[in-house]
Amino acid sequence: MTNPYVPLLILLALGFGFAALSVGTSLVVGPKRYNRAKAEAYECGIQPTPRAQGGGRVPIKYFLTAMLFIIFDVESVFLYPFAVAFNQLGLFALVEMVLFIITVFVAYAYVWKRGGLEWD
Amino acid sequence: MTSFITEAGGATVAASGAPALAWLLIVLPLAGAAILLLGGRRTDSFGPLLATALSWGSFVVGAIVMIALLGLPSDGRSQHLALWNWVPAGSFQLDAGLLVDQLSMSFVLLITFVGSLIHVYSLGYMEHDPDKRRFFAYLNLFVAAMLLLVLADSYLLVFVGWEGVGLASYLLIGFWNHNPAYATAANKAFFVNRVGDLGLSLAIMLMFVTFGKVDYATVNAGVSQASTTALTAIGLLLLVGATGKSAQFPLQSWLGDAMAGPTPVSALIHAATMVTAGVYLVVRSHAIYDAAPNAQLAVAIVGAITLLYGAIVGCAKDDIKKALAASTMSQIGYMMLAAGLGPVGYAFAIMHLLTHGFFKAGMFLGAGSVMHGMKDNVNMRRFGALSTVMKITWVTFGLGWLAILGVPPFSGFWSKDKIIEAAFIGEGIRPWLLGGAALIGAGITAFYMSRLFFMTFYGEKRWEKGVHPHESPLTMTVPMMVLAVGSALLGFVLSFNSMFVHWLAPVVGEHGEEHPVLSVPVITGLTLVLVALGAGYAWYVYGRKEAVVPTLAPEGSLLTRAARADLYQDAINEGLFMRPGIHATRALVFADAKGVDGAAGGLAAMVGGLSSRLRQLQTGYVRSYALTMLAGVVAVLGTMWVMQ
Amino acid sequence: MSALPAFEAVAVDYWAVAPMLVVVAGALLGVLVEAFAPRESRHSAQVALTVGTLVAAFGVLVWRSVNHHSVTFGGSVAVDGPALFLQGALLVMSSVAVLVMAERFGGVGGDAFTPMGASTPGSSQEAAAAKAGYATSEVFPLTLFAVFGMMIFVSANDLITMFVGLEVLSLPLYVMTGLARRRRLLSQEAALKYFLLGAFSSAFFLFGAALIYGFAGSTDLAKIQSAIAQGTTGMDGLLVPGVLLLIIGLLFKVGAVPFHMWTPDAYQGAPTPVTGFMAACTKVAAFGAILRLVYVGVEGSRWDWRLGIAAIAILTMVVGAVLSVTQTDVKRLLAYSSIAHAGFILVGVLAFSKAAVSGVMFYLVAYGFATIAAFAIISMVRQGGSEASHLSQWAGLGKRHPVVAAVFSLLLLAFAGIPLTSGFTAKFAAFAPAVTSGGTAGVLMVIVGVLASAVTAYVYVRIIVLMYFTAAPEAGEGEEVVALMPSIGTTVAITVGVLATILLGIWPGWALDLAGRAAQFML
Repeated sequence: MTNPYVPLLILLALGFGFAALSVGTSLVVGPKRYNRAKAEAYECGIQPTPRAQGGGRVPIKYFLTAMLFIIFDVESVFLYPFAVAFNQLGLFALVEMVLFIITVFVAYAYVWKRGGLEWD
Repeated sequence: MTSFITEAGGATVAASGAPALAWLLIVLPLAGAAILLLGGRRTDSFGPLLATALSWGSFVVGAIVMIALLGLPSDGRSQHLALWNWVPAGSFQLDAGLLVDQLSMSFVLLITFVGSLIHVYSLGYMEHDPDKRRFFAYLNLFVAAMLLLVLADSYLLVFVGWEGVGLASYLLIGFWNHNPAYATAANKAFFVNRVGDLGLSLAIMLMFVTFGKVDYATVNAGVSQASTTALTAIGLLLLVGATGKSAQFPLQSWLGDAMAGPTPVSALIHAATMVTAGVYLVVRSHAIYDAAPNAQLAVAIVGAITLLYGAIVGCAKDDIKKALAASTMSQIGYMMLAAGLGPVGYAFAIMHLLTHGFFKAGMFLGAGSVMHGMKDNVNMRRFGALSTVMKITWVTFGLGWLAILGVPPFSGFWSKDKIIEAAFIGEGIRPWLLGGAALIGAGITAFYMSRLFFMTFYGEKRWEKGVHPHESPLTMTVPMMVLAVGSALLGFVLSFNSMFVHWLAPVVGEHGEEHPVLSVPVITGLTLVLVALGAGYAWYVYGRKEAVVPTLAPEGSLLTRAARADLYQDAINEGLFMRPGIHATRALVFADAKGVDGAAGGLAAMVGGLSSRLRQLQTGYVRSYALTMLAGVVAVLGTMWVMQ
Repeated sequence: MSALPAFEAVAVDYWAVAPMLVVVAGALLGVLVEAFAPRESRHSAQVALTVGTLVAAFGVLVWRSVNHHSVTFGGSVAVDGPALFLQGALLVMSSVAVLVMAERFGGVGGDAFTPMGASTPGSSQEAAAAKAGYATSEVFPLTLFAVFGMMIFVSANDLITMFVGLEVLSLPLYVMTGLARRRRLLSQEAALKYFLLGAFSSAFFLFGAALIYGFAGSTDLAKIQSAIAQGTTGMDGLLVPGVLLLIIGLLFKVGAVPFHMWTPDAYQGAPTPVTGFMAACTKVAAFGAILRLVYVGVEGSRWDWRLGIAAIAILTMVVGAVLSVTQTDVKRLLAYSSIAHAGFILVGVLAFSKAAVSGVMFYLVAYGFATIAAFAIISMVRQGGSEASHLSQWAGLGKRHPVVAAVFSLLLLAFAGIPLTSGFTAKFAAFAPAVTSGGTAGVLMVIVGVLASAVTAYVYVRIIVLMYFTAAPEAGEGEEVVALMPSIGTTVAITVGVLATILLGIWPGWALDLAGRAAQFML
């Protein structure tokens, strides 16, 4: 190898290249059909109000709920592979899974009791 | 672990019998300090007495050990007392132990005896101070730390004692710190001493690198294999440490400021014990200096410069304590000079240290007694004719004065004259320069000490209104009398049949018969003539009945003014270290019109300046923090790439 | 595809990891207590549970784990001498730190922690928040989670496990940094900065791990070691940058220059007891991980990157020491001091000998105990209710609170490395191997270290002088600087710190022995 840093540079170039490529490709090959709805802020058709409540900021409640959803959602994804391979995995994995679910439920109980799921 | 250590001179044996009790020497005063500090106000009533008793207890232990040592053959007197295995870190073994030998015991007796006398004196001197319990606790702490310093068996343990005496002396100087302006002076003393301590700690580190261990036995045994360069470096660094603690040129400026402390403190710390630690260090490291002649010469030169410097400054001081401080500086210069002369001088350095410990402590206590009677005035121009009202003080001080002048047969004669003789030994121009400095120093000493003595005790009364001098109480005068006896006789006793030289010989080595470039009677005669001239001139100016001493200091000649300003030491320090430090800082970082404030000395200013510039990098913005991190990563990776 | 390949459960030595399991179980219980315990008893219940968990984990560690040296979980967790020593140290130190966190000074909840994001201390809003059941005791389960992460960190034998440990210990710390009850804005800002920069440094760590994987084809430290020993793998260029990035990611956690910028801000903003915990325990964990990484994983390649890290060590010591000179806030000052200490420890790490491992571990323990006690004292000194962290407020403290000032002085002397305190022994134990086996660079680093110590000693002694020799400024009624009377917990914590400082200074033999016997890594 001529220079040990060549792979590094290649990796760097690949990283930039991938980003540029994906943005560029979508610009070039993406379909461009303009209509009135496209020009609006939300394609669903709701008109943006001139000035939203609370100075345009989204209340933290949305954020919290979204966070909680993502956490529980991602964690329950672990259950799928376990369910598929349950026969081969045996008792050990069952115990592991129960522990995992207990851990998630501890967090759930905490969030619930501390009012994390209440909207107001 | 074996307790038997061989030393160059003779075998050091494991301590047994009385010397095995040496740990008590340190523990007794330490316990006193602990009881008084932790006991709080409950110990107010008996605390000072307890502290004094424990200090005497330490002296008794010292005397018992000394008697036991005297009963042994001279090559069995070096005894090692292993205390405990301090840091057993792999191949680095660090033991804490005490070395009881002729050198350390000489110091132990001086420290405990003079220290105990000063405890007694303080009982009277501090009688009305509401906080005297704390004062006695610090005194005990100081005695313990000083004993640890001299009894330690390794440089590292010396360093513990070294820092300990430093701490105790700050606590004691700061004890009477009612004067806010004093903060600057304390800061200066602090900074100067840091430089010295840094020298010592670097020396210790260098010893680690060179010898692998830092106890005396290993270092002394390893000297023959070490390179001269390493030994010279160690010697010079040790000298830096010694100059800091012993107020030697160029780190001498703090001693005068330290006189702000209570007078017994000045007597104990700034005359008899702590300031002599540098001399102890040099003599203790004799093996290193003997193998590194350049470092040894540096010691002698530093001593010679300081003895002249102190003497000149002493001539112009009107503050009795500052005059005595200058004289201490000068006398320690003599000791350093002797220690720098090699084997011919070691024993005399220590002997002068002992006699000086007595007569200078006695004179400081005398000065304290005078101040006691004069409502704490220290200006000698407002004294005069005190011989009539303070008879005991006058006589005891007079004995000290005769001793420091080197008038036979008083103590100083026996030790100082020998140093002057030894300074004349050698070849080429060296003996003439060193010996000449010592000789001239003796003459100047005679002048300024006589000036001090005559201005205080003779001439007319120049007392301020409302001052009625009176003799001090017995608790103060008895210690002065005891010290005066020492001032008169100690030198003769120690010199009788060269007793002290033989006593120390197993530690510092015996020297062969060498002859000074002038014959001994000529040197002695010259010295005495110069002393007589100096004292006579002082009598003519200050002592005669007709002599007029103005109560306000006259402007004086250029030299007088320079001496009064410590030969512009502070200005030189500022010019040499502080200004370049500040400029270097500015050049180092980027030009800035703002000065550096708040930092005390030159190097400190430099560090402080660098610090406040670097601080500007800490902007508080996460983006700049992240950028710094990224720059760091790029720098590290980039450097390593380039280096590959 | 007919059937999945047979699943093989990895062998797990449960006794070896039992202390970690105890801690995580305690943390989960703590979350439930937080959710279900009534408000009045919640604080006490949490303190009891947390201290109990930590003590129980330590008990299990001493009782069983010490006899179960093993590499378990399929080679991803190594429970060996250094891991057990550091885990034990972490458990003891964190229980002491928890005692300081539990300080209430007579209030309802922990004194240092806010019950609610946007409230001021003593306000009606705060009272309402407390009444509504928002309490401050989350900090205890968070501490346990952080300790769990730290325990993984020091025993991680695989880069992925190490990263998991890093995140598990970091995330609770980010939250804890933002919990201060007083000076809320400073605290929140600190937490955000710490989080952002922490995430940034995690990226470096991950990138390094990726490069190393490219080099060795594995993230297992043992496999990395054998790949290095083998010589060339065809991807040699990835090794050195990978190692450097990994170490940089870890150096961020110890606050080495130039990755230290978060330290002063986070130390100042965090609740003081948390600062103590962070300074002591994070340092132990991060240096534990660094030791394992550089001594086990990439030791074979050390000649290629050692100088770079040595330069960082020197820079760290110098910058930490020099910058501490101009600090006016006690917490920031100790932050810079901790940066300098990180440099001193790095000097030991780079000596590459068994004695260095034990020296570094000893240093971590000595520094940790002194630090927790020092921050505990800072949390006690108050002016008008809020912490008197500005240096000028400490003037004359020796007159009014001699014991507090004396204890703080002792701890400062230990930081300065004065002999007969633990700081000296620790510096000795860390520097000595650098002199013997560190070569020229080692000696150079030690010289810089000694000079930097001299500078920091100046700073510490200046505080002592300030406390004893400077008169306090005149203060009106209720505006004096006072040291509050600590509860038993804080008193115990400070006492432990002081005893450790003295004991490890005068009689360090047994601890050095212990560290020396524990200094052998396993693969």
